[in-house]
This record gives sequence, C-alpha cells and structure tokens, in this order.
Amino acid sequence: MSELVRPEVRRMTGEAELPRQNGELVFDAPWQGRVLGMALALVEQRGLEWDDFRERLIAAIDADPTRPYYESWTAALTDLVIHLGVAGAGEVDSRAAHVEA
Amino acid sequence: MSDHGHHPETLSDVERRARALEELLIEKGIVSAEFIDQVVDAYAQDIGPMNGAKVVARAWVDPEYKQRLLADGTAAIAELGIGGPEGDHIVAVENTPDVHNVVVCTLCSCYPWPVLGLPPNWYKSPPYRSRMVREPRAVLAEMGCEVPDEVEIRVWDSSAEVRYLVLPARPPGTDGASEDELAGTVTRDAMIGVAR
Repeated sequence: MSELVRPEVRRMTGEAELPRQNGELVFDAPWQGRVLGMALALVEQRGLEWDDFRERLIAAIDADPTRPYYESWTAALTDLVIHLGVAGAGEVDSRAAHVEA
Repeated sequence: MSDHGHHPETLSDVERRARALEELLIEKGIVSAEFIDQVVDAYAQDIGPMNGAKVVARAWVDPEYKQRLLADGTAAIAELGIGGPEGDHIVAVENTPDVHNVVVCTLCSCYPWPVLGLPPNWYKSPPYRSRMVREPRAVLAEMGCEVPDEVEIRVWDSSAEVRYLVLPARPPGTDGASEDELAGTVTRDAMIGVAR
C-alpha cells in the first residue's frame, strides 16, 4: 500500500465514513476523486492533521444532511481553503462561475 | 459541437466549484497537479480496481459466468453486487491467443468506474486518446506492453453508452490458485488493456 494512503482516512466512521461497496471506495464521477485528492494533498503538503479536514467535513454534513456526500467534501474543502487564507470566499465563487467546460 | 454520446460539456455547480478549487490551489502554488494525481493514483491503485479483479477472477474459474459476462457485462457484474451510475453499460471483451483488446475514450474519459475505480491520469491525456487509435501497437510498446505481430489488436472506444472492460487471459501455471489469489494477480492496466 502506498504511504500516501492515510490509515486515519480509511478508518473514518459515522457520517464522515467514505462511501463503500464491498469494502471498496466508490465514486460516482471523476470530480469526486479530484476533491478527495485535493483534500488529502492539501493536508499533506501543509503538514496539517487529518482531523483539520475531518472536523470540517462533519460540520458540512451536519449543516445539510441531505446533501450528497462528496458535495459536503467540496464544502469542507472550500472552508479549509478559506481558513488557510489560500483564497477568499468571493474568489472561489467567482472562479467557479467562470470555469470552462 | 455534438458530444457523440460522450459526457455532455456542461458542468454541475459542484463540478465547477471543484474545478475552481483545483485551479486556485495549483495557481497559488499550494499543491501541484502532479501531487494531486499521485494521491488520487495511490487511492486508485489501493482500492479502486478490486471490483474489476473479482469479476475477472470469477470469469476465470467459472466458465458459465464467463459466458454470461461476455453476453451481458452489466448483468454479470450486478451478480457480484457491483454497479452504479457509471457502470450501467459494461461490455467485457476477451483477450485470446489471437486477439488483444485495449480500451480508450477518444473524446473524453468515459471509464467503467464501479469496476475500475478512478481512471489513471494518462487515460485522459490527449496523446493516449488520439494515438491509441492510430498506432496502438506502438503506444502499447511504449507503455511496456509488447504485443506479438501475429496478435490482432482491437481498440474499443468507450462512451457514455458503452464502457469496455478487458477480460485478460488467465496466467499460465495458476491451475491450483483460488479465486481470491487469482483476483490478486489482476491489475487495473490489464483490464484497460495496456498490460498483458
């Protein structure tokens, strides 16, 4: 197993638990994998604890329990990016409005 | 431009936000695209393709299952509890001593997610998508997959309607192996057809 695969990510339980089928991760679309990759890369490269992301993920799920799981990941990642000062909320919104297909 | 049945070129709001975050993280030098790729790849290699490996191993040990898989891939993978939004139209193509199959998506990156997990980064690269159709033997050789001249190469173009899964040949000398052991020998690359 690659050392990039964090045990604490695999072990997440409760509402934050990764969606699995037969024990394996499932993604419904490519962007979901990119969001997972970004969250892990950001935590890794900034030397953060996984809990710094996980707590935001749980908060995002609690804020809107009916929202699809990886949309909550995206909200949590946005929150962490803003918290770290990487970008402002307005900057993320305006960039999203101008992304080209 | 028509999308030829591939993914439409419209993005949902959450896709736009994901793309915006990736662009900002990369532009500001926080993380590199390569590092995100590496992380995604690590998860893909670790946990992604195992569903496909189970399908292949079952086909190797159960000839009747293999016939069902080749006749109706979607129904056969559903027998193993596998399926999902991007696994609706799975067609399995069998490697034989005379035929080697390889899968590409020439227009975008249609891929059988439920069986193969995350697509590798090169699968989406323009050179792979264009050259695999024109000169598959050369591209396969560059990827370390030498196909003998006498073996025909068939290139399958995935789309939103049909997603192909290569059924590799069972390795020689594995007569006594269990289904689980066999599944452990099946790689993602073999199920795309860029390894033998």
